[in-house]
Amino acid sequence: MTFDRLVFLRLLVGLALFAAAALSCAYLDNYQLQVFTTLAMFCVLCWGWNIVGGYMGYPSLATIAFFGVGAYADGIAQVQGLPIGAAWLCAAAAGAILAVLLGTALLRLKGHYFAIGTIATVEVCREISNNWSELTGGAIGLNIPIQAGDPDFVGRFFFLAMLGLALIAFLATVLVDCSRFGFGLRCIRENERAASMVGVDVFKYKVGAFVLSGALSAAAGGIYASMVAFIEPKDAFNLIMTIEIPVMVMLGGMGTVFGPLVGGVFYVVLKEFVWAYFINWHSGILGVIIVAVIYFLPQGAFGTSWSALFAKARSRARATP
Amino acid sequence: MALGQYLVNGLLQGGLYACLAVGFSLVWGVLNVVNMLHGSLVVLGAYFTLYGVQQMGLPLYLVVPAVCVALFLFGYAIQRSLLNRVMAQPILITLTLTFGLDLIVNNLILHVFSATPRSLVTDFGALEFLGIRIPVVRIGGMLVAGLLTLLLYWLLRHSRIGRAIIAVRMDRHAAALMGIRIPQIYALTFGIGAFMAAAAGCAVALIYPVTPMMSGVFLGKAFVICVLGGLGSVPGAIVGGVVLGLVEGIGTLVLGPQWATSMGFLLMMGVIVLFPAGLAGRKGYE
Amino acid sequence: MSTPILELKSVSRVFDGVRAVDNVSLRFHPGEIVGLIGPNGAGKTTLVNLISGFVPASAGDIVYDGRSLAGHKPHAIARGGIARTFQIVQPFANMTVLENVMAGALYAAGCGMKEARERAVECLVFTRLDGFRDTPASQLALANRKRLELAKSLAMNPRVLMLDEVNAGLNSSEIDEAIGMIRQIAARGITIIVIEHLMRVVRALAQRAVVLHHGAVVSEGSTDTVFNDPQVIEAYLGTKFAKRFTTEQA
Repeated sequence: MTFDRLVFLRLLVGLALFAAAALSCAYLDNYQLQVFTTLAMFCVLCWGWNIVGGYMGYPSLATIAFFGVGAYADGIAQVQGLPIGAAWLCAAAAGAILAVLLGTALLRLKGHYFAIGTIATVEVCREISNNWSELTGGAIGLNIPIQAGDPDFVGRFFFLAMLGLALIAFLATVLVDCSRFGFGLRCIRENERAASMVGVDVFKYKVGAFVLSGALSAAAGGIYASMVAFIEPKDAFNLIMTIEIPVMVMLGGMGTVFGPLVGGVFYVVLKEFVWAYFINWHSGILGVIIVAVIYFLPQGAFGTSWSALFAKARSRARATP
Repeated sequence: MALGQYLVNGLLQGGLYACLAVGFSLVWGVLNVVNMLHGSLVVLGAYFTLYGVQQMGLPLYLVVPAVCVALFLFGYAIQRSLLNRVMAQPILITLTLTFGLDLIVNNLILHVFSATPRSLVTDFGALEFLGIRIPVVRIGGMLVAGLLTLLLYWLLRHSRIGRAIIAVRMDRHAAALMGIRIPQIYALTFGIGAFMAAAAGCAVALIYPVTPMMSGVFLGKAFVICVLGGLGSVPGAIVGGVVLGLVEGIGTLVLGPQWATSMGFLLMMGVIVLFPAGLAGRKGYE
Repeated sequence: MSTPILELKSVSRVFDGVRAVDNVSLRFHPGEIVGLIGPNGAGKTTLVNLISGFVPASAGDIVYDGRSLAGHKPHAIARGGIARTFQIVQPFANMTVLENVMAGALYAAGCGMKEARERAVECLVFTRLDGFRDTPASQLALANRKRLELAKSLAMNPRVLMLDEVNAGLNSSEIDEAIGMIRQIAARGITIIVIEHLMRVVRALAQRAVVLHHGAVVSEGSTDTVFNDPQVIEAYLGTKFAKRFTTEQA
């Protein structure tokens, strides 16, 4: 691990942001807290996806499968009477187990087939939770015991919980970025065969990345489920959300430390704005945003070499007489 | 004779499914693009058909070709203008792009046609033999869909354009070196994909009530059929379609209708993991 | 006779009915340079693929340092000390030259990040690529890419190094430089297997040569003996070269 200046700076900036966010919860009203909690949740999902999709280059669309499985694991655990913290750990564990199973099955596929396999996982998970009524409550949904306490306390409790998870995700990303694990993931992204030849245990690294990503996403699902106290299959396994995550990370910059944060914040804020003013057209406008991001900023905010972009623009300006 | 009824239903359904998926499969195989718009194109075809027959009062045999041609042009235009720029990009980019377009089109459909289910269900009676009952409308729909699929197959094999498309699917660089104009072929193939989606939509309009929400269902089925049958081949789509139809039929019989869709996806996951090249054995794109 | 560091025992590899490698038995000793030659399609690269674990053997066994390599994955074999270059170079295109070489040190040689960096710089200096440290690998010219492959393999701290046509596409002076570098590597005690089509490189470097044809060993021995072998001349060298070679000898 190289604890050089860059890593130190990142940690400093990140921790400052998190501290500011934690302190702010004393001044925000409940609705604002909810928005921030959702924001933190998306950041967790983005950071999780970034490990598999950004650093390793595998276009996973299974984030929501892990999210939903975590949500249901938490819900079922709480219904069985487990305390909330243990239920969240169950959620993370469920995500990790699913990641191992899925990883072994899907990670030898490439490109299109891998992506399709991950989409199929989301669909299968949703159908199973729809039909396995004894366990999941079926299409009617699952009621989860509500957290005790007055609304202010509860709002802050879940906000800080999600923020804490986001902090874990952030630290994990910083660690991955500066460690040989992250280096290996990047090698796998560039050329899997060459990576193997150079001594990278490709299978172990791929499954490891998947497990980390899956556990984080599932934990987010767990906290979400406890917070809203009711989950149903079409909310827990929302196909649109599973595609929004990669778009957010693309916006910010894949395979970077702050890209998922920036992309997530920008997208969620934009979505809130659109929802407030254009509710009838909100999915259409979302579509336009997605198309625009892909056209104009395919490398994202942190991924684009802005200096190269400006240099190109300058040289073009100079070339025209 | 319940099993027989389900089997026949499944087979007929297979014809419709083949038409539904063949456009999607072709686009995926030739352009290497997963067209998330496909489901919405089917729904669009269905709505235009309904509009043409119910609102404008035109006869079916005029409306159906018109709708198909209209969507062909629409598909061609979309590919030429929007998709062509991202053709060489990795799958995440093309998939997300078509997904974004799908959100836009779906929203528009919701606004223009509203979410109330509409249908053209007419009752021309039914054929009966060996205790199996088949509504005539179903046969008609499946037949048209099936025939168009076979026509497409003939076109691909025996026309110049068709062979050019197959050449691009096999090796686009070599095809370009042979003088085939790749952007045109891409746009044409996408247009054909939209055409077949429209045709499937017309058939659907005759058989089921239509809502904008169905686009996701159709897309899902198209995925499954592609994986089952292999990419970019018409026989593959037919095989996949029939297999899915039968699996759903038997699944409904054995486990009940709620599990029918799940069966399809479970089968698809199984095939992806065990036979990445599809049941028909054709090597897909990676 | 010292114990061989690498031994192939009746190794065969069959692809769809074609015997790419046919019952090959060879021994390689520490510190020697062996030339592996033969016409195109003779099975040389397949042999390298078999040793590096990229492709499993259909029959026979490969023994490295006293242990069988059967069933081992490529990354484990790389960590054990066997490195190879690719005929068509496969760098990590979007990573810098330094990072490419670091990869070899990090995983095969098991270094920590700091150590890997130092090791990588050493290897870059040796292959004279130090000036390109921060250049993306995709921007290198062919000759430098070949050197990058070499540097990467060196960083892996190998005991056996297999060079697959590392001189293909290079001009005369670049080849001379390469020969010098390979000699220096061998001087460190590393066993080198050189796959080559250029006879002068084989003659300059290798004490021993092995000739493959249709997957089987056709001739083996000192470079002189092999070049004079009539079977080899007929299959591979051609009578013109043989005549030139014998007149040069005289």
